[in-house]
Amino acid sequence: MFDNEKLEKISDAKKEWENSTLSKTISRFPERKEKFTTGSGLEVKRLYTPEDIKDLDYNEDLGYPGQYPFTRGVQPTMYRGRLWTMRQYAGFATAEESNKRYKYLLEQGQTGLSVAFDLPTQIGYDSDHPLSEGEVGKVGVAVDSLKDMEILFDGIPLDKVSTSMTINAPAAVLLAMYIAVAEKQGVSKDKLRGTIQNDILKEYIARGTYIFPPQPSMRLITDIFEYCSKNVPNWNTISISGYHIREAGSTAVQEVAFTIANGIAYVEAAIKAGLDVDSFAPRLSFFFNAHNDLLEEVAKFRAARKLWARIMKERFNAKNKKSMIMKFHTQTAGSTLTAQQPDNNIIRVTIQTLAAVLGGTQSLHTNSRDEALALPTEDSVRIALRTQQIVAHESGVTETIDPLAGSYYIESLTKRIEEEAYEYIKKIDELGGSPKAIEKGFIQKEIQDSAYRYQMEVETGKRIVVGVNKYQIEEEGHKDILKVDPSVGELQKEKLRKLRAERDNEKVKETLEALRKAARTNENTMPYILDAVKAYATLGEICGVLREEFGEYQPSIIL
Amino acid sequence: MSERPIRVLVAKPGLDGHDRGAKVIARALRDAGMEVIYTGLRQTPEQIVAAAIQEDVDVVAMSILSGAHNHLFPKVVNLLREQGAEDVLVVGGGVIPEDDIPFLKEAGISEIFTPGTPTSVAIDYIREHVKRK
Repeated sequence: MFDNEKLEKISDAKKEWENSTLSKTISRFPERKEKFTTGSGLEVKRLYTPEDIKDLDYNEDLGYPGQYPFTRGVQPTMYRGRLWTMRQYAGFATAEESNKRYKYLLEQGQTGLSVAFDLPTQIGYDSDHPLSEGEVGKVGVAVDSLKDMEILFDGIPLDKVSTSMTINAPAAVLLAMYIAVAEKQGVSKDKLRGTIQNDILKEYIARGTYIFPPQPSMRLITDIFEYCSKNVPNWNTISISGYHIREAGSTAVQEVAFTIANGIAYVEAAIKAGLDVDSFAPRLSFFFNAHNDLLEEVAKFRAARKLWARIMKERFNAKNKKSMIMKFHTQTAGSTLTAQQPDNNIIRVTIQTLAAVLGGTQSLHTNSRDEALALPTEDSVRIALRTQQIVAHESGVTETIDPLAGSYYIESLTKRIEEEAYEYIKKIDELGGSPKAIEKGFIQKEIQDSAYRYQMEVETGKRIVVGVNKYQIEEEGHKDILKVDPSVGELQKEKLRKLRAERDNEKVKETLEALRKAARTNENTMPYILDAVKAYATLGEICGVLREEFGEYQPSIIL
Repeated sequence: MSERPIRVLVAKPGLDGHDRGAKVIARALRDAGMEVIYTGLRQTPEQIVAAAIQEDVDVVAMSILSGAHNHLFPKVVNLLREQGAEDVLVVGGGVIPEDDIPFLKEAGISEIFTPGTPTSVAIDYIREHVKRK
């Protein structure tokens, strides 16, 4: 970027500044700390100058928005053309209650839906399963059958909204339910837009809602890739998620590295299943976390985009530009929110929103201030949505593309994160790829070490968390929090009793047997799951058949 | 006479898979010189109590973030009592609304640690309150 003569002058001037101006100040006023680091522990220098980016090749490393390697953004006009999708993750209790919340959010200007399912649904149990007791409707909505899905999207036109569903192990079943609801609304499959999370590898690593062992899980995922590339062309078939890896305690560098390593594993599995890389890669999407260290987070997003583009082009020989594009959803960091002085969380979320937007996200969920206490109330969800709207319309950061580019610090940090993440990816390659590295506990161990280090830094005061280890106040109990009525479990059980009495049980049995047969062969399971769903087989029944055929994952415990 | 170290079972009851807190506390207890057994995810109250008895632990420390605590925590206490292991100290942690704490204490959970609690507080509490020494 700079010729040597100019760099030398800059370097001389810096030495001169250090010897004269700086040294005097430092001798009289020492700096606050001996060493400054990012949230991830990378050392931050006092000052960045052109010397720190002297190797940066503008065209090679940054280029232009909408062009390889996409460091500056995936669309040519970014937010000047269209703002990101404002997509609040929501769902609790019954389909009826969640449907009301979705309509409220759409009225408030939210532009996409994001469905949170309860834990039994995420693990493929019906609400009347013994293990579901106490969990029905708690962290999301309970969906037992197509009936619930019909209620969930009642009066919401599926050709107009895009829907993201946080569902992984039973993703194929919930996607089939969504397709069936659309069909009932008269919306054809090619009009459907949205995302299923469908990322099982991070479940083994960080989130724990797995059902099947890795191999059949990967097969279900590639079945979805294939089915959607032919039938639901605008659907994002996976959202490869760093979010939960970060929530589990990883650093920003680890978040990028482990997410991309998982991405590589999915691409490899699909290619192995006989798919052409350019047939499915354009529908891969990503999901990242946004923490408080604003500048490190911006650099993280830029580094991740560039790294993925490079891997798709060089490692997988993708030809289609869209295969190299890393589109991503972002959620602000739940784990940074404090139960102490919860209103402070609004400010944390604002900083994290800026990080996501300055990093070029395609869609965003902002957490609510009360989420360290319980599920958010309607009021606090509205404030969280307003945070996005204020950044979008009032802050000015959306008026030009990638506004922090060219900052000596941002560019130097982007490069550093890219290099460090790539080192991890190489290490995971050496271990035999991400599924093997997970099996060996390597990834989990790295994350746990970071989580423990973080906790100890907070406890020793090395890291300040406002309201927790500094600036505490006496607080009264927080009263205004959302509680899910415990009767939800009974309501769902009653619905299931009725469903099983009213549906054509012969038909259910037939479709389930057909699915069992497909599971035993190499046939794509999606059409069979769709048939079973339409016959009102329950989620638990469908997953039950697959459990019998595939077995269940037994994790090894790594401490 | 050398005292036997305090034995703790760290458990994740229910379906919630978020175990960052459980693992951090497990490691902190271990670093504090206790013997720690971690159950892994998705344990039923029956499994937790069986493990507690088999491992002859002094403390059961449970973590839940999913909101199912009012249902699952008391079950563990009751089962321990049924098995004649009422001298096991039971503590809990996670995203637990303040309103629920009196009910949980009444049900026999000795202490509830909410988000932001330093691990040292939990360690000191266990040392002071452990019943079997």
